[in-house]
Amino acid sequence: MARTHGIAAGIRRRVLEHVLAEGEGYLSQACSSAEILALLYARILMLGAPEPSRWAETFPGVPGRGGAPAGLGRWVHGAADPRLDRLVFSPAHYALPLYAALIEVGRLPERALRSFNRDGSTLDMIGAEHSPGFEVTTGSLGQGLSQAAGIATARKTRGESGRVWVFLSDGEFQEGQTWEALASASFYNLGNLRVVVDANGQQCDGRISGVLGIEPLGERVRAFGAYAREVDGHDVVALEEALSGPAEGPLVVIARTDPTRGLPALSKRKMLHTVRLASGEDRRPYEIAYQEMLG
Amino acid sequence: MSFEVVSRPHVESFIAWAKDKPEVVVLTADLTNSCEVGLWRDTYPDRFFSLGMAEQNLLSFAGGLAREGYTPFVHTFSVFLYRRAYDQLAMSIAYPNLRVRLVGFLPGLTTPGGATHQAIEDIAIMRATPNMTVLEVGDATDVETVLDVAQSVPGPVYLRMLRGDVPRLFPASDPLEFDRARVLSDGDDVTIFSAGIETEHAMVVARALAESGIGVRHLHISTHKPFGDPQILSSAARARVGVVTVENHTVVGGLGSAVAEVMAEGAAGKRLVRVGIGDTYAHGGSRQYLLAEYGLDASGILRAVESLLGSPTGIVPSDLDRLRMDLGFGAASRPVNAEDSL
Repeated sequence: MARTHGIAAGIRRRVLEHVLAEGEGYLSQACSSAEILALLYARILMLGAPEPSRWAETFPGVPGRGGAPAGLGRWVHGAADPRLDRLVFSPAHYALPLYAALIEVGRLPERALRSFNRDGSTLDMIGAEHSPGFEVTTGSLGQGLSQAAGIATARKTRGESGRVWVFLSDGEFQEGQTWEALASASFYNLGNLRVVVDANGQQCDGRISGVLGIEPLGERVRAFGAYAREVDGHDVVALEEALSGPAEGPLVVIARTDPTRGLPALSKRKMLHTVRLASGEDRRPYEIAYQEMLG
Repeated sequence: MSFEVVSRPHVESFIAWAKDKPEVVVLTADLTNSCEVGLWRDTYPDRFFSLGMAEQNLLSFAGGLAREGYTPFVHTFSVFLYRRAYDQLAMSIAYPNLRVRLVGFLPGLTTPGGATHQAIEDIAIMRATPNMTVLEVGDATDVETVLDVAQSVPGPVYLRMLRGDVPRLFPASDPLEFDRARVLSDGDDVTIFSAGIETEHAMVVARALAESGIGVRHLHISTHKPFGDPQILSSAARARVGVVTVENHTVVGGLGSAVAEVMAEGAAGKRLVRVGIGDTYAHGGSRQYLLAEYGLDASGILRAVESLLGSPTGIVPSDLDRLRMDLGFGAASRPVNAEDSL
């Protein structure tokens, strides 16, 4: 697990480095999801070798009319193979932690991050399916799980052994579509569909519990016919056990996470969806934390 | 000349067509028999997916299947495709340019179900959706031959479909062609463009006008997008008096707007009268009642032509009724039953 911890630390460091350089960004998402993403790419996902020759470093155009093919961002996960896994990355605003994870596991060149959120780049701030790691377009929250259920249905119909993984954010359980998707996944008994939720309790307007509560999430998920397991999302051993355990139908692992993990200075903030580091006073604790991360 | 009425042409033609196409699957949302795919489900149960009354999931799920090489034919009422779940339609299907066929039923005023069931602005919205191809059928031959056309499109297709009793206006041997209008009559005075169920009413008017010595060039449109048939501009430009468009849709953004765009960009320099539902929602009622109320029956079309001509033609409603019977469309009134709304 040392490698997994190292990858998680690298995700936090790379995202903090970017937020310090740019003055703002999706920082808390990296803090909450670092162990989940590290574990997925280091030990859980069965993926093929990346296909860097398919990487469009400059924006190739949207799908249709001679633009990019659908799902171009899948190149980092390798060619489709019936035995291998797919990943539907639903909260597309987690793009920066995702790119950082891909760099940490050697699926994306380090230099790629220099083009993050730059005009004409494919490393969009909110990723779309031309962006590395995005097999589908999910920026409109709540559509990822349904698309994954369609993919899982196709793969189940064909008898493929590879699984369809979904990385979901907890705020997406406010969307009715997420529950529609769960209903269909359990109705069609999609045992090849595995979902991990970064349950960091935060959304754009603040704490989920104060915006529109979604708890008890595990019980709600079970009531929809899916298997639900709740674990500490920073405990990679428990997380791996939950993700790998048997489930005959769709599995939803609710990873309870702390959006300030690894950056205690964040806990002084009420709003965490995007973090702006305006003044020098503001920045200081983050600069210190970054220096400590560099060791 | 008399036209036969074909009962539920989609049922058998879709089953036969899909026989050797294992990639074709059907998705429904609790309107399986209402969209004439109940027998399809019984014939190909392994290729049929019931997703219940959950249209957001339905459309994104279809996108997922399409990414894996299947061609989902999503069957439900049009309003539930483009109104209820538009973001899913746009982001899970249209943006990635996936081969999903959105088969939408109950176009315009064909249902007594009222505003909730009447798709009156669907063509406008689907035309405005990038990557989308928009097809509409107007008779049994269109219904039977549109499937090949839809399946040949490398991206998403919105298909404005008809069910139940559908007249056969065009020879069964004369298939619907992609982005190609059917020329139904020729004449130098007025050009009429019609689509969907309005074509049968426009045919009655064109015949009446011809008998009165007014030459009508009449084109039936089945591809709303793309809209690249050169016959459209040439037919508009050559009309001595002007152009009339007739659509079972609002006059905003549909066929009338598309023709106006072509005429303006092509400097046709002719007057245009658009027949369609005004900028309003409709309500429940029989087809005959609604078409009359909103000016979409033969009388309404005739009034539009007369406004273009600037003088009455002398054609009276009984002339239109007689021609309607002559053409084999039967009595204009049809009974309303629950099947029509469900």
